Amino acid sequence: MATRALPAHLHDMRRQVEAHARAYGLDFWDVIFEVLGFDEMNMVAAYGGFPNRYPHWRFGMEYERLAKGYEYGLSKIYEMVVNNDPSYAYLLESNMDVDQKLVMAHVFGHVDFFKNNFMFRHTNRKMMDQMANHATRVRRYQDRHGVEVVEEFVDRCLSLENLVDYQSPYVKRRTAPAAAPEDERRVATGFRAEREYMAGYINPPELLAAEQRRLDDEAARERKLPERPERDVVLFLLEHAPLKPWEHDVLSIIREEAYYFAPQGQTKIMNEGWATYWHSRIMTEKALRPEEIVDYADHHSGTLATQPGHLNPYKLGVELWRDIEERWDRGRFGKEYDECDSLEERRHWDKKLGQGREKLFEVRRHYNDVTFIDEFLSPEFCQQQRLFGFGFSEKHQRWEIVTREFRKVKDKLLHQLTNFGQPLIVVEDGNFENRGELLLLHRHDGVDLKADYARDTLRNLHSLWHRPVNLATKIEGHGALMHFDGKEHTDRRVER
Amino acid sequence: MSLKIKQDQARFRAIVRGRIRQGLKKYIQHGELLGKKGKDFVTIPIPAIDIPHFRFGERQQGGVGQGEGEPGDPLSPQQDAEGGTGKAGQGEGQHTLEVDVTLDELADILGEELELPRIEPRGNDRIVATRVKYTGISPSGPESLRHFKRTYKQALRRQIATGTYNWFRPVVVPVREDRRYRTWKQVSIPDTNAVILYMMDVSGSMGDEQKDVVRTESFWIDAWLRRHYPGLEVRYIVHDAVAREVDRETFFHTRESGGTMISSAYKLCREIIEADYSAGGWNVYPFHFSDGDNWSTDDTRICVELLREGILPVVNLFCYGQVDSPYGSGQFIKDLREQVGSAENVALSEIADRDAIYGSIKTFLGKGR
Repeated sequence: MATRALPAHLHDMRRQVEAHARAYGLDFWDVIFEVLGFDEMNMVAAYGGFPNRYPHWRFGMEYERLAKGYEYGLSKIYEMVVNNDPSYAYLLESNMDVDQKLVMAHVFGHVDFFKNNFMFRHTNRKMMDQMANHATRVRRYQDRHGVEVVEEFVDRCLSLENLVDYQSPYVKRRTAPAAAPEDERRVATGFRAEREYMAGYINPPELLAAEQRRLDDEAARERKLPERPERDVVLFLLEHAPLKPWEHDVLSIIREEAYYFAPQGQTKIMNEGWATYWHSRIMTEKALRPEEIVDYADHHSGTLATQPGHLNPYKLGVELWRDIEERWDRGRFGKEYDECDSLEERRHWDKKLGQGREKLFEVRRHYNDVTFIDEFLSPEFCQQQRLFGFGFSEKHQRWEIVTREFRKVKDKLLHQLTNFGQPLIVVEDGNFENRGELLLLHRHDGVDLKADYARDTLRNLHSLWHRPVNLATKIEGHGALMHFDGKEHTDRRVER
Repeated sequence: MSLKIKQDQARFRAIVRGRIRQGLKKYIQHGELLGKKGKDFVTIPIPAIDIPHFRFGERQQGGVGQGEGEPGDPLSPQQDAEGGTGKAGQGEGQHTLEVDVTLDELADILGEELELPRIEPRGNDRIVATRVKYTGISPSGPESLRHFKRTYKQALRRQIATGTYNWFRPVVVPVREDRRYRTWKQVSIPDTNAVILYMMDVSGSMGDEQKDVVRTESFWIDAWLRRHYPGLEVRYIVHDAVAREVDRETFFHTRESGGTMISSAYKLCREIIEADYSAGGWNVYPFHFSDGDNWSTDDTRICVELLREGILPVVNLFCYGQVDSPYGSGQFIKDLREQVGSAENVALSEIADRDAIYGSIKTFLGKGR
């Protein structure tokens, strides 16, 4: 890729913006800015911010979408930044200077977040290199086994890529298996021998040993695999599915990349809000020249525009951050405030604490979207921002606003964010019905799975497991077992 | 410079066109061709392939939005309920784009999306007008066309090359060989007059839904043909048991009742062509929409005769679109297929519902005539 060194005036601009950002207390890695033409920009964006990914049609699909959007004048990508040390950020060549300035300020906000938020702590900060590595490996497999074969396998893996344990980097789920208490082991006793001197004849040592082996085998079979439900389905497949070495590698690549991207999805509202908060402060308080204000305002308001039915993470995020700052500046938190019943008093509540800024930096370190919303989305905020919950009305056959009630809106939002808004599915049994079948369990929380997608996903799962696969879920309130044996799907109603 | 991603893009396109990886075909979503119209606001389809995952059924789930409205109010008409939490950098976004475009651009986009061929106007050999266009420079020609600047340059070049140029007294005098003249070419402008004749069955069995389909489809046909024929004329004929010519407004909004005699429309169509468009050079496009219910087989026979004798020989393309309706028998298209289906300039298509418009336009305009 032809990258151009930062032209002198952009370099100066970067110096200034960076100095402002540091003065505000942002703490980031070195950022390497590169200027790209729209074509390259679209490519990098399609690759998720990286200049080099393994060959796959879905990147082409994304590229086509972006390229068309640009061609028709619908959208253009202003900014992109990669969670890497040093961080890479891309500027669109054709942007106006004021846009470039805004983007830089925005980028420093993101990099500060990448560096400091706990969700990103485990991510590979040399992902640039790792991605290129993955690309080389997949290309090699394609050369050896054929493009079609590898691509098809990648598709199957992608179909399962969300079946990982997004929390696993932050908790220790598995403890080393405790040694089974000795007395639980069943010891072979052989036939009963009345007389001690006969024992050796009745129960020769070989016979005892054979029986012991049988008992141990049985015990092993009774021990379940996995011992407790495994949330990282992909890891389970890596450990137990009969995969060829290259398949194993491809699946692990996809799992690794899923884990790398996961925190960005889990902090989308916070992260975009944070970057927006900072670009707006840096620009309006420091970097903006008077003649640039109109263009800046135009661009900024475009970023924050909302559409019904779509939650704009930039908008929600930045408003929440500002709300937090104001609440902690005025001391609108804690027992005393919560218990205050007088609306009038609450409205004019101001303890002049001035802890806002400090609180912001604390929150950006220790929260993710779920905890952020859970803790800081207040009824007042919900009302102010005109948040609503929507749903599909069977009666009118259309999407409708269902509620503006705080509790329900918040629950819905949290549900949407928990586990990426994806169903929670675990491996229950790797030897279901003692036939080597795989049993997955959907922990149903009130919303059914999309049935046709579930069937197709089972089919993909089967092609990795090579034995029949099952999914226990609920359909319209009844327990159901979806089964795919390699040829056909059967659904069975089960009560559990 | 060719980008690495072009390979992925080519591969994606090949999948969409069904050349490779047929297994993925069922996951291709084409998006809707037309979301909103009017005020030049349209939705452009971009195909996307959705890899299956375990995920929630959308309708049970709903989501959270921001904005005005009371409980019970609808969201905007076209709503895909993908919440605000896409995975960053993972290609799962909206699949349709909305855009303000002019009609010409729109036609181009349509042509590109549907891979429509450029229309080859008939009678290219019948040149109607010629125009003179200055295209080049030559060393000989009439003095009235002398190109002063080029002549001067040539003279300057010669003087410098031969060393006769005087830097202190820069007088450039062209000689005979320095002179340059404009030259021209005759450009012939092919005749591109065209007319669309829309015919629609407005008998009792054609409901609003059917008319809406016709309206949408004719909008796109208009856009495409207009792109190719700047001076496009459009005529409208409605018919039940009798046919009459109407204006655009009436065409889409009348609803008559009574029987259907398609031949009446074809007769009128032929008369109009003979009266106004029989002189050479007209590109004639009759489009007929009905629900496929004709009064009698005798009338159908007359229709076929009219087509064969009077209409097909003089038109570029005759298109018949049959809109599914709960009342129609749908027989007419079968008859046409049997009788004239093999003719080169006939396109027949059945339009089951709004979603089928896309394919129908391709059938009609895909012939490139």
